[in-house]
Amino acid sequence: MLNIANITKIFGGLTALEDVSASIKKGEITGIIGPNGAGKTTLFNIITGIYTQTSGRIFLNGANISTLPPEKLARLGLVRTFQNIELFGQMTVLENVMVGLHTKSRSGIIACAFKLPGHVKEERFVRERAMHWLDFCGLKEEAGTVAGNLPFGKGRLLEIARAMALEPQIILMDEPAAGLNNRETVHLADIIRKIRDSGVTVVLVEHDMELIMDICDSIVVLDLGRKLAEGTPRQIQENPAVIAAYLGAG
Amino acid sequence: MPRNTKEIVKFLILTAAVTVAPLFFSGGYLMNVLVFVGINAMLAVALNFLLGFAGQISLGHAAFFGLGAYVSGVLTATYAFNPWLSMLIAAAATFLLAFILGFPILKLKGHYLAMATLGFGIIVYITLNETIDITGGPSGLAGIPNIAIGSFQFDDDVKNFYLIWSFVLVTVLLSLNLANSRIGRALRAIHDSETAARVMGVNVSFLKVQIFALSALISAVAGSLYAHTMTFISPASFGFNFSVELVTMVIIGGLGSIYGSLLGAALLTLLPEFLRAFQDYDITIYGLLLILMTMYMPGGLVRGIPAFVSALLPTRKEGSRENA
Repeated sequence: MLNIANITKIFGGLTALEDVSASIKKGEITGIIGPNGAGKTTLFNIITGIYTQTSGRIFLNGANISTLPPEKLARLGLVRTFQNIELFGQMTVLENVMVGLHTKSRSGIIACAFKLPGHVKEERFVRERAMHWLDFCGLKEEAGTVAGNLPFGKGRLLEIARAMALEPQIILMDEPAAGLNNRETVHLADIIRKIRDSGVTVVLVEHDMELIMDICDSIVVLDLGRKLAEGTPRQIQENPAVIAAYLGAG
Repeated sequence: MPRNTKEIVKFLILTAAVTVAPLFFSGGYLMNVLVFVGINAMLAVALNFLLGFAGQISLGHAAFFGLGAYVSGVLTATYAFNPWLSMLIAAAATFLLAFILGFPILKLKGHYLAMATLGFGIIVYITLNETIDITGGPSGLAGIPNIAIGSFQFDDDVKNFYLIWSFVLVTVLLSLNLANSRIGRALRAIHDSETAARVMGVNVSFLKVQIFALSALISAVAGSLYAHTMTFISPASFGFNFSVELVTMVIIGGLGSIYGSLLGAALLTLLPEFLRAFQDYDITIYGLLLILMTMYMPGGLVRGIPAFVSALLPTRKEGSRENA
């Protein structure tokens, strides 16, 4: 599904990622873990086109997507959420998800300004789909709320609803559980599983080990910019190198 | 949809107000001022797309206004083109220029974009002043014909009022449609988080260029209307000061609100006329009022006035709270 091949990223004199390769399997939940500074978010930013790698390549379903910007990746079905929630804070919850349907509609400036029939039909479709995704994440009640006024936990869910509105093949979530309480984390886990069960591949960067071990089908461990291990949660838990890295005994 | 109904009612009220306004002010000096309110309203609505929706500053919008006025003015006054045709050419030419200019210029952000648009405005201003053979230079361009439909000439304030406000109403209507569409949402998304908008598949750089060009086009039409209404234009009307005034109209009115832009344009055009009574102190009072408004109505008139009214009527406020 998603193949990461020999990615290296150097910021000035600092090597953030060194020759990292990994392969994400279709229909699975893959967790990327590692101590602080391991390069997880950097890898995420490279995959999603926010940063450009120094060297290495990325393939989505065999197609080279190494240098594509985020807006092109969105059209190929690759989408992400952000660690520091990046909602459209002045827009309503519903409108946020409607932006997620941007690629599912095509009316241009003229069609929109003159309310051409095609645009009116499209707008109805976009609104219905957006409500569907709000319902999916349990946010239907908040549709009219201004996104900036949402409590933190619901903001996280809204990011997921917005990303799912693109009907992606693969969704990358950057620390979706950060700042959530226990109940919210359980709800999040349910939603992530529901996403996987609908056929969407999920990649998570996460610090919450309990969540990772609970929901992931495979795990990639990064440490100091290199890949330390890759395998099922059980294999990872038993891997001596991983234990050493986490306990600092290496 | 109740929200849609509300929008329609608001627009009908505006249309009705425009229709009857000449009955009250006809013949007076104020009629002439209301013509200018209309032109400024178009410009403010145009700039609001860029500034209020997409969050991109332009300190050179007076240049697009000026280009529209001069292309239309020169074509009709010097080459005897039909005013309607010259308006079309002015709009198309300005649109094209802004479109080409937009690609490099809109890669810049914040202060740098402000500087670049400022520079563009100054270049146009100097060009209008220096190309004396074509524009007449600082002494201006005279003899621009009025717009006509058949043999009907728009040659007095009331006629021009209706002409220009028809354009304003069409602009407002199309802008409202655009604002509540996928394009409007994408623009507001850019304003809040450019990165997230890109991740959602919005082609941010191209959309910015498109909206910049559209904004320039509306400004050019306003410029053309201005030229044919005034029948005389000079570069002084299209300088840096006016660019800043346009930005002020949009901000005082309320960023991102189309009716706010109308209010801002109306206030900033009418206020100096009312302040004439204070003679030498008018500029001081004008400045002071602007400072107070930005301090106490940071969301602009469109949000500030309702808040102000409900603060004055505490009982009504409680009542409406119970209802909600």
